[in-house]
Amino acid sequence: MSSSLPSSGRLDSRLEERRKKSGRWRIVFFLCTIVSVFFLAALLTGIVNQAFGYVLVQTEEDPASLVPEGTTLTELDTGALSVILQERLSRRLYRKLDAEAPLAERSSQALLDIIDTEILKPHVVATWSLFESIFFKQAIIESALRDYQGGSLQFRSWVNGELFANSQSSDPLRSGIRGAILGSLLTIFFTILFALPLGVAAAVWLEEYAKDNWLNRMIRTNIYNLAGVPSIIYGMLGLTLFVRAMAPLTSGALFGLQAEGSSLDGRTVLSASLSLAILVLPIIIINAQEAMRAVPQGLRHSSLALGATRWQTIWHHVLPASADRILTGAVLAISRALGETAPLVVVGASTFLSMDPTGPFSKFTTLPIQIYQWSARPQQEFRNLAAGAIIVLLVLLLFLNASVIYLRNKYSDNKAASQ
Amino acid sequence: MGFGNSSKLPSAPASGGAANLRRRPRPGETVIQALLFLAASISIFTTIGIVASLGVEAFTFFREVSLVQFFTDTVWQPAIERFGILPLLSATLATSFWAMLLALPLGLLVAIYLSEYAPRKVRNFLKPVLELLAGIPTVVYGYFALNTVTPIIRNLFGQQRVDVYNTLSAGLVMGILILPLIASMCEDALSSVPRSLKEGAYAMGANKLEVSLTVVVPAAFSGIAAAFILGLSRAVGETMIVAMAAGAGPKLTLNPFKSAETMTGHIVRISGGDLSYDSMDYQSLFAIALVLFIVTLGLNMLSTRIVRRFREVYE
Repeated sequence: MSSSLPSSGRLDSRLEERRKKSGRWRIVFFLCTIVSVFFLAALLTGIVNQAFGYVLVQTEEDPASLVPEGTTLTELDTGALSVILQERLSRRLYRKLDAEAPLAERSSQALLDIIDTEILKPHVVATWSLFESIFFKQAIIESALRDYQGGSLQFRSWVNGELFANSQSSDPLRSGIRGAILGSLLTIFFTILFALPLGVAAAVWLEEYAKDNWLNRMIRTNIYNLAGVPSIIYGMLGLTLFVRAMAPLTSGALFGLQAEGSSLDGRTVLSASLSLAILVLPIIIINAQEAMRAVPQGLRHSSLALGATRWQTIWHHVLPASADRILTGAVLAISRALGETAPLVVVGASTFLSMDPTGPFSKFTTLPIQIYQWSARPQQEFRNLAAGAIIVLLVLLLFLNASVIYLRNKYSDNKAASQ
Repeated sequence: MGFGNSSKLPSAPASGGAANLRRRPRPGETVIQALLFLAASISIFTTIGIVASLGVEAFTFFREVSLVQFFTDTVWQPAIERFGILPLLSATLATSFWAMLLALPLGLLVAIYLSEYAPRKVRNFLKPVLELLAGIPTVVYGYFALNTVTPIIRNLFGQQRVDVYNTLSAGLVMGILILPLIASMCEDALSSVPRSLKEGAYAMGANKLEVSLTVVVPAAFSGIAAAFILGLSRAVGETMIVAMAAGAGPKLTLNPFKSAETMTGHIVRISGGDLSYDSMDYQSLFAIALVLFIVTLGLNMLSTRIVRRFREVYE
């Protein structure tokens, strides 16, 4: 046998070579993994980079021209501020504001806000990214002094209180995501309201009742195939079915609840929710099926042996025992629905909505839609705003994912304790 | 069976009269069962709904535009009644190509590292990180492509040569999106290769690299192929990244530095605007969506078939 092996010297030299090759490839594999993790880091850095940084704000009036020499606006008392308002505002506007709430009784902060919006009218003329703001601070200050006179350079975090407090506006300094967040929450609420009961019911049928025949096999395969359909196709389905065919229902006309000013139009929160519900249904069904499959058969048998009917067994034993895992699936579905954009654009999200959504029949916009629309604008300020909104969205999703992990751990703890 | 008196049970009730042990009709249970079945069949109705809604509009469209024209015309300009899907299709293929070029090799190498090399601790850390990457909404990837990757590409290859919107940037970022999917599917395939196969190779004196590349990867090949096909299907159907970063306006070009509009990008852009429901524009979107649906469904079914076959080999 030994004659077929190479001589020991050659074997040894090959061994060294093979060992080296193996070592080199090991590094390649590791580097690839590092590169993948680097992508995640780059993604997050890219967004943080746009969400913070210097902005150069110019005002239509120099604040110093409003006040006596040597003082600033914030030092003035309410009396002095209302004098400024009386002098500077047009009579009609002054009367209108006074009629809303007497100016003399407003707080100095409220008066400052009015001065800000009506007289100073600040607007952004240039923005810099966080990276530039940190490493080229001196150059920014020089260029601000040279190219833009009369502006004030300030470090701005685009994620701030105003982002949450304001709705969409054409002024980037006053734009916010209030309407978008409310829209997202409302849409998700109705999505889960429809999808969770339906999904769990479907899973109960498939796991507890369905016989192994062609029909049920078809349903199962079908659910897996639906999970892979591009989300935009669900948007097209929603457009034909909910927005157009069921317009009387989804616009609220059927209940006489149609939102004011809208003609018969199904482009509402309800249509969006129904489309998303169909989209996340496979996720909920598949997770609920797995949850029920994990419930030990003994539990079902003991319940049936005591005379419980099949439904009683499911309702009182199988569902409670699998509730936490079903919930995990629901949270996964929520985080999918929260991030969906394409189907909602197709279903007809509003491009500009300055009012908060009030119910299932109002026009809608959501957080991702808002991000999409802001990113599509040419002005850099809106891209900064979009980055701020992305950070809010990612924090929300992180919170949801963390709760999934928490639920999973709790589940495995309970399981460990009961064994 | 241990109870001697069990045979007497049917006549046991003291109140007299034989208890009726036949199945009692329970209308409530039947109703519930019917409702549950109805819920499950919604998935079938969804599929029917998709096919019907796409089909009806597409049918009216194809009465005006012949299939031959649809698939061979090289111009998509609804304004002058030119409906050739080739420009849209070529852009979809271009972005998918760049995505797969990044995601497939990288995903496979990451999977080999995770399943064959990585210590337990590293693996437990990296898998959730990859899952996290998969959970980020695509609109965020689109933003990343437009505001981070495109400027980098433009600085590398020249501002003149590279458009602000280009298929390369959209494709590469799409690759990053698909990477976790491919890595985790490949990892599943690699780690389900039987231990005995690997141990056999080790016993013959093979080292880790040789076992990985000559035994594990070929044995898991069908799983890897399934991951590849599913990734491709995701790339073809992906919408927001291409809508935001690849550009608007259908153009027949394979130049990765030029802008081009994909099928999904076109649907989103047109349906996002004001659109009359009876126009050819509107119907043409459904024709595109039908093509998209058939392509992705075909790819998905191919992928599941390969996975099922592959399972049968080792179980």
